[in-house]
Amino acid sequence: MNKPLRRVAIFCGLLVLALLLRDNWLQFVRADELSTHSSNKRVQIERYANPRGNIIVDGKPITGSADSQDPFYKYKRTYTDGPMWAPVTGYASQAYDANQIEKIEDGILTGNDDRLFFDRTLAMFTGEKKKGGDVVTTLSGAAQKAAYKGLGNNTGAVVAIEPATGKILALASTPSYDPTSFAGYSGKDEKAWIALEKDKNKPKQNRAIREIYPPGSVFKVVTAAAALESGKVTDINAATETPEGWKIPLSTKPMKNHSGGCANASLNEALRISCNSVFAKLGDDVGRDKMVEMAEKFGFNAEQFTPVRSSASVYDKKADRGGNALSSIGQFNTATTPLQMAMVTAAIANDGKLMKPYMVDKLVAPNLDVIKQNDPEEMSQPVSPENAQKLQQMMENVVSKGTGAKADLNMDGVKVGGKTGTAQHGEKNAKRPYAWFISYAKTAQGSPVAVAVIVEDAEGTNREDISGGGLAAPIAKAVMKAVIKNRG
Amino acid sequence: MSVVTNTTTIGAIEAPSRRNTELALLAFAVAIPVFAYLNVGLAIDGKIPAGMAGYGLGLALLAGVAHLVVRKWAPYADPLLLPLATLLNGMGLVLIWRLDQSPRLIATSMRLYDSFSPDAPKQMMYSAIGIAMFVGMLLLLKDHRVLQRYTYISMVAALVLLLLPLVPGLGSAVYGAKIWINVAGFSIQPGEFAKIVLAIFFSGYLMVKRDALALASRRFMGLYLPRGRDLGPILTIWAVSLLILIFENDLGTSLLFFGMFVIMLYVATERTSWIVMGLGMSVAGAVGVASFASHVQARVDAWADPFGCADKIDACDQMTEVLMSFGSGGILGTGLGQGNSDLIGFAANSDFIFATVGEELGLAGVMVFLLIYGLIVERGVRTALAARDPFGKLLAMGLSGAFALQIFVVAGGVMGLIPLTGMTMPFLAYGGSSVIANWALIGILIRISDTARRPAPAPAPSPDAEMTQVVRP
Repeated sequence: MNKPLRRVAIFCGLLVLALLLRDNWLQFVRADELSTHSSNKRVQIERYANPRGNIIVDGKPITGSADSQDPFYKYKRTYTDGPMWAPVTGYASQAYDANQIEKIEDGILTGNDDRLFFDRTLAMFTGEKKKGGDVVTTLSGAAQKAAYKGLGNNTGAVVAIEPATGKILALASTPSYDPTSFAGYSGKDEKAWIALEKDKNKPKQNRAIREIYPPGSVFKVVTAAAALESGKVTDINAATETPEGWKIPLSTKPMKNHSGGCANASLNEALRISCNSVFAKLGDDVGRDKMVEMAEKFGFNAEQFTPVRSSASVYDKKADRGGNALSSIGQFNTATTPLQMAMVTAAIANDGKLMKPYMVDKLVAPNLDVIKQNDPEEMSQPVSPENAQKLQQMMENVVSKGTGAKADLNMDGVKVGGKTGTAQHGEKNAKRPYAWFISYAKTAQGSPVAVAVIVEDAEGTNREDISGGGLAAPIAKAVMKAVIKNRG
Repeated sequence: MSVVTNTTTIGAIEAPSRRNTELALLAFAVAIPVFAYLNVGLAIDGKIPAGMAGYGLGLALLAGVAHLVVRKWAPYADPLLLPLATLLNGMGLVLIWRLDQSPRLIATSMRLYDSFSPDAPKQMMYSAIGIAMFVGMLLLLKDHRVLQRYTYISMVAALVLLLLPLVPGLGSAVYGAKIWINVAGFSIQPGEFAKIVLAIFFSGYLMVKRDALALASRRFMGLYLPRGRDLGPILTIWAVSLLILIFENDLGTSLLFFGMFVIMLYVATERTSWIVMGLGMSVAGAVGVASFASHVQARVDAWADPFGCADKIDACDQMTEVLMSFGSGGILGTGLGQGNSDLIGFAANSDFIFATVGEELGLAGVMVFLLIYGLIVERGVRTALAARDPFGKLLAMGLSGAFALQIFVVAGGVMGLIPLTGMTMPFLAYGGSSVIANWALIGILIRISDTARRPAPAPAPSPDAEMTQVVRP
């Protein structure tokens, strides 16, 4: 009986071998796939197993971690002034994953990042509990508060940038949501989440960077920049040869103006009273390709990473002549995020140099070592310093003598430049128009702040009263004031 | 330790008994789980677990008693079987204790039953009963050949054990599988004991019938086909296996018994044609049952694409949790007490305990456990090879073959190699029947190995031989 016995012994050996091979397949070859599988709760468990690091504004955390007394997820995320900061922090929810900074810097916040390896190893030996690192933002609490309060019950967004560095100072979006309301995974959290998902006002939408709007007249500063850079205009106070009722190319319709005095108006005057005809003609004179080039230098047609991704603003690259003329005054296919308009303003205020916008200043390890420091980075030079100064002169004119008067800070040594916009949209412009305002403040030391404000729909305001100058400019003013005051 | 047992020229110089080797290995088999216990305590609470001394002493005591009994009543037994089983039993206790600490499992239990009782103390008690069974086996069974006498009683006993769960009022269906019976508040899995009793029956039966089964056959297309009346037993066993599969929803047990029978039949008759027939019948049975039994289909679906059907079928959901447990463990594992294998929830410490090994000890740990199991099987097969009587050979082979099949079916099931069946990992998994029956199995193997390795009895002294050697004055 020994021969079959030996064969059966080999068979048993093969059974064990098959198990060994299968195990190698499972735990070596497929290990990564399985351990990061979307239905693997361990990822979430690990994320909340220790207190998360915090997101810091002005040296103070705007997030927190509370012991949730729960067998699955030990800690729960909490937010201070959640709705105000939601466009900055994003959310971290036990049931609904995370987004924005909470997601992008998850490794640092949980302490799992490879760059924290040394810290972790050290903590292992000293017996300390694993802790997450902090994300220090560039934001200013005062500016954010001014922006959020200014928007109030309106739907809209505000972005403020420090022109010299590209640091984002404020990033507000309304209506907003409180990330704390669905940080856990209980029925209450689920209800809050579903309510937000169903809300037709889309509170979870980050309007400051993820929504693109028709810019309307605020886009005229880009056209003005293109006109100056291309040499079509050298003297901003010289009359342009523009007839009142300039005929749009390839169309029988004349371009109409809202205000009088646009016939042959100078560039300076045209910007002050916001002449459509002058800018449409300038855009046409400059030509589509040059217009596209200028817009793209300011950041159009590309996503920006702050590090949170923004939607790409649009300047139509394939428009015909008529489309290009309309695009030049911010209509047709032109669409922009509030962040993009803030970048345009910042570049002009910074004498033509566009700095890459960013909102994470540095990443800090639990032991306060700086893991990564983000330094200001030049993105492009859309306009020359001389032309930038001409643009500044024109924009300051808008505030001191034109439609942007409500943004004037009336402070000694502070000059304010701006541009209003009332963007009509919808079929036959039937929807309530968007009120835009972009502006910057400037002192002898340079410009501390550039702001873009959009108010989508101001409830309770008569349609005729919706205007950038009336609705959006005061918000921009409040933000600029907060930044300058905060500087001391 | 070699002993020259007589003075004839044919010296029976035997292999050493290796009892001291066994004792040294046992020291490791106790020390390793004690360190593992310490490891879990430090990982979960950050301090030395309170029960460590008691636990270590308990395990050492059980191992010590087992060793002394082997030393006294089975001195020539295989030295590896006892330490390997002790190590597995000890590690099983650690893993069960580790899952007892899971706040998630405690919370689930509180929600469902309003109470939670840890399983590790119960398993400790079952282990003690198991060792008692092992000791009893060695004390009562002086010679394994005695078991031959009970061939047909064994058959009846095995059938009764297998069919007990179907008796109304006695059997209880837990999550679909009717493999438990309730006796005096304890739930027992008779199938675990049936495994041993059935092996005894097969050995006795095949030893008698092997010649008839091997020789009285017609040759057809290269296969030896047995006579119709000799086909009876295999058809009966096949039918019983199918009955278990259909009425008790127990794919694993069914496969195990039929596989064990085919292996023993092959060893007894040395005819490959039995294997071919056995395989054919398994396939026919499996396909036949799978085509109309929904629970088998669900298992097959869960095996084919666990992630695809996880939302619909519970078995799939559980399978994905097990797979992710293994995957998250990676090569070295998370470390004892630091994994999340308790996410599997129900049966995490019994049918799915191997997933905890996978997650917390990683690929390395799983391979170690598989090799330990492989080593036990190998020692069993060696015992079969060394056994001098055909009954002992068949019994040792049957028991180790069943053990190997059980390992394959359980580990292959949880690792997704074959469809999942509800069976326990010997010694590791929580469950009284399993631990007790497997200790009995090891007891019988040790008894056979003792007989096999025992020095041959000295030939009767021959006066003639003496005369030629001793010159008397």
